[in-house]
Amino acid sequence: MSHDPPSDRHSHGQAHADGHEQARGGSAHDNEHDHDHEHHGSELSEMDLRVRALESLLVEKGYVDPQALDRLIDTYETKVGPRNGARVVAKAWADAGFRKWLLEDATAAIASLGYTGRQGEHMVAIENTPRTHNMVVCTLCSCYPWPVLGLPPVWYKSAPYRSRAVIDPRGVLADFGVVLRDDIEVQVWDSTAEIRYLVLPQRPAGTDGWSEDRLAALVTRDSMIGTGLPLAPDGQARKQP
Amino acid sequence: MNGIHDMGGMHGFGPVAPEADEPWFHAPWERRAFALTLAMGATGQWNLDQSRFARESLPPAQYLASSYYRIWLAALGRLMVERGLVTAEELADGRMRQPPSGTVAALAAERVESVLAAGSATVRPTVTTARFAIGAAVRTRSINPPSHTRLPRYCRGKSGIVTKVHGAHVFPDANARGEGEQPQWLYAVRFDASELWGTDTTAAAVHVDCWEPYLEAR
Repeated sequence: MSHDPPSDRHSHGQAHADGHEQARGGSAHDNEHDHDHEHHGSELSEMDLRVRALESLLVEKGYVDPQALDRLIDTYETKVGPRNGARVVAKAWADAGFRKWLLEDATAAIASLGYTGRQGEHMVAIENTPRTHNMVVCTLCSCYPWPVLGLPPVWYKSAPYRSRAVIDPRGVLADFGVVLRDDIEVQVWDSTAEIRYLVLPQRPAGTDGWSEDRLAALVTRDSMIGTGLPLAPDGQARKQP
Repeated sequence: MNGIHDMGGMHGFGPVAPEADEPWFHAPWERRAFALTLAMGATGQWNLDQSRFARESLPPAQYLASSYYRIWLAALGRLMVERGLVTAEELADGRMRQPPSGTVAALAAERVESVLAAGSATVRPTVTTARFAIGAAVRTRSINPPSHTRLPRYCRGKSGIVTKVHGAHVFPDANARGEGEQPQWLYAVRFDASELWGTDTTAAAVHVDCWEPYLEAR
């Protein structure tokens, strides 16, 4: 996305000092940002102004290159996301050799598809089976495998998920509309270190002979976190494996 | 630290609320806050563990009331003030009063791609041998440091089994205190859910990555 440096619009210091006035009159100044967003109200507009003021300060000090910010945002809005992880899972479903590699050395297997780097430096894949369902959480903060899943959704970083996943994962699954049979054990992985976990869900029945592309379309983000299941072959969400 | 961030097993936060077709960011400022945090992190003025400690050290009421990018912003401000990169007054109104610190080299736009691709691996060479092997019976120590640690409260003083040996990794407890990386062996440890929660759980087991200093043999 393009971004005008804050100093183009506001002299330094004006933004925060005038907080709400600026925010209320701010629909015009936010047009270039807000074209794809609905109006957020004065509180968020005030935040926009505060962050603009901070950015302009850091740019003025020479600590930050605003074009670097644009590139960082563009990377995580357009280049990285759960379609990457879906390709990894689909390949593991279609290719037994890749599946074995993924389970033995996920970092290398995933890197072979081009997904590497920040927040995915040390990957481990954990496989669901007919008797085991895995769920990944970070109870202490928001650790998440960015190269394969993108940035985490808000719920993943929220207190309800971080508090409950380790003690009541079936309750969490119910919040996602998923009910597991009693004979399926739920294993929870708390990402306390720099190891990032990717769930390898079970391949849906009725997909024999499918290409990796078709299979990848069934792999949801939540199925790779363990709060959901892959879609059924007809593309419908499933409540049970 | 025994902070509010350490949420595993707490009750009362209500159901998880997934958002259909969730956007990557929920407001323009979140984009910039995210990128500012990464860009300033890339200047190397603090390490990852110090930035996590800054976030979890926010006042508990503020932490709970803040969206995640607000937590990031508040911690970013705190880190920059602590290191003398900006003053509290500058942070409050965005007006520069103090010349920039000469030690900060901005992340250049041309370097973004390579910096993200390189990441920051935490595995380190070590001359020590791992004390525990896969299958070892271990117990987590009962520790309560006021500084940063990655051993959650819910699994302190608990018995588990080593299931993976991840290699030697930067030890966050030391790194967050600015005492260097002090790499330590890192293990995945499986705790039976009943060991952690008694019968009040629907999990079968919880796996936690634990550095060697967190563990003792049993």
